[in-house]
Amino acid sequence: MAGDTKTSSEIIQHHITNLTYGQLPDGSWGYGRTVEEVQSMGFWAIHVDTMFWSLTLGCVFLGIFILAARSATSGVPGHLQNLCEIAVEFVEENVRQVFGTRPNPVIGPLSLTILIWVFLMNFMDLIPVDFIPFIAHLAGVEFFKVVPTTDPNATLGMSIGVFFLTLYYNFKIKGPIKFGAGLFTHPIPHWSMYWFNIILEMVDMVAKPLSHGLRLFGNMYAGEMIFILITLLPWYYQFVLALPWAIFHILVISLQAFVFMIMTIVYLTQAHQTGEH
Amino acid sequence: MTINLTMLGQLISFVMFVLFCMKYVWPPLTQAMRERQKALAEGLEKAVMAEQRLEQANDSAALELDAAKQQSAELIAQARQRAQQIVEEAKGVASEEAERIKLGAQAEIDQEVNRAREALRVRVSELAVQGAEQILESTIDRSHHQVMLDKLATQL
Repeated sequence: MAGDTKTSSEIIQHHITNLTYGQLPDGSWGYGRTVEEVQSMGFWAIHVDTMFWSLTLGCVFLGIFILAARSATSGVPGHLQNLCEIAVEFVEENVRQVFGTRPNPVIGPLSLTILIWVFLMNFMDLIPVDFIPFIAHLAGVEFFKVVPTTDPNATLGMSIGVFFLTLYYNFKIKGPIKFGAGLFTHPIPHWSMYWFNIILEMVDMVAKPLSHGLRLFGNMYAGEMIFILITLLPWYYQFVLALPWAIFHILVISLQAFVFMIMTIVYLTQAHQTGEH
Repeated sequence: MTINLTMLGQLISFVMFVLFCMKYVWPPLTQAMRERQKALAEGLEKAVMAEQRLEQANDSAALELDAAKQQSAELIAQARQRAQQIVEEAKGVASEEAERIKLGAQAEIDQEVNRAREALRVRVSELAVQGAEQILESTIDRSHHQVMLDKLATQL
């Protein structure tokens, strides 16, 4: 935990540093022990805490839902099946409203996975910020972030996955020629403006996954940062701020998971639209 | 805060989770939901049909009840009529019988009266003959005067 000698910025820096496995400055491979070591690792490093929590929570999601799906009955459903069906129905309803009724085997499960998985990852934000890192510290682990969605790697990893899927559907539905032609002719359908169109479309194409991933990251990171700032207060009145913020955050984490899912559906819908607007 | 391999790891795990969800989670759950929806729709439809049938049954029951009431009323009226008829017939038969018995009795009485009158007549004629004999003091030959006596007896 925060030692007496640490400054506020050091505490914050400590809290937002991942448990990173990569090449240390001396050339050997291992976990970064200081903030400087972690920052010097570059691309060929991996955030072990992010991967651990995202995989764990993904398995929790799949575990719960597969358990419910295994014993799914069309008769009277049990509590677990009810819960899972509420989520499935919610996703289906949103897909139906935005995407329509085109037959697509991916968008439903994709949206469900995003909604629940992102929600669970966001939910880690509600666990007191020092709680798990403290336990990790006792176990000898220096850095341990518990909210995967406050790591842009996690959110961008997902948004890039969605981006690849939109590319795939663009090629599949429109065909490479029509898709390519659309990039040149799209906003202003005049030959003299083709150079302008392609630049605009490229920016648009890059901006989509970036904004998709960074929106979630930004919201969760800001929320986490406020929790960290609250921990800098004396312990006896932290709850005055932490409690309302946590209650408000329940809304934020659900909303962000929902927004991430809706954005995914919207992007996939755009990839399926063949005609002009 | 740096972008590193984590992104790739997250991408791969994302794909894996979606694939698992596609294979093991989505189909059974949605299928169960569809089937339940269908079963519910069928059940509701059946309920509506059953209600209609119940209404029809109620209607036809009311009709049949009415018919049965009418029939029973007819039967009762018939029976009453028949009973009256029987009573009338019985009355007729009884009065006829009474008449017959009365006539028989009358005939018997008449016969009895005739017989008595006959006897009385014979007796009177005998008394008359005896009286005449005594008056005349002479014997009237009975065989001689038999014709005359019979004539006398019929006149009585």
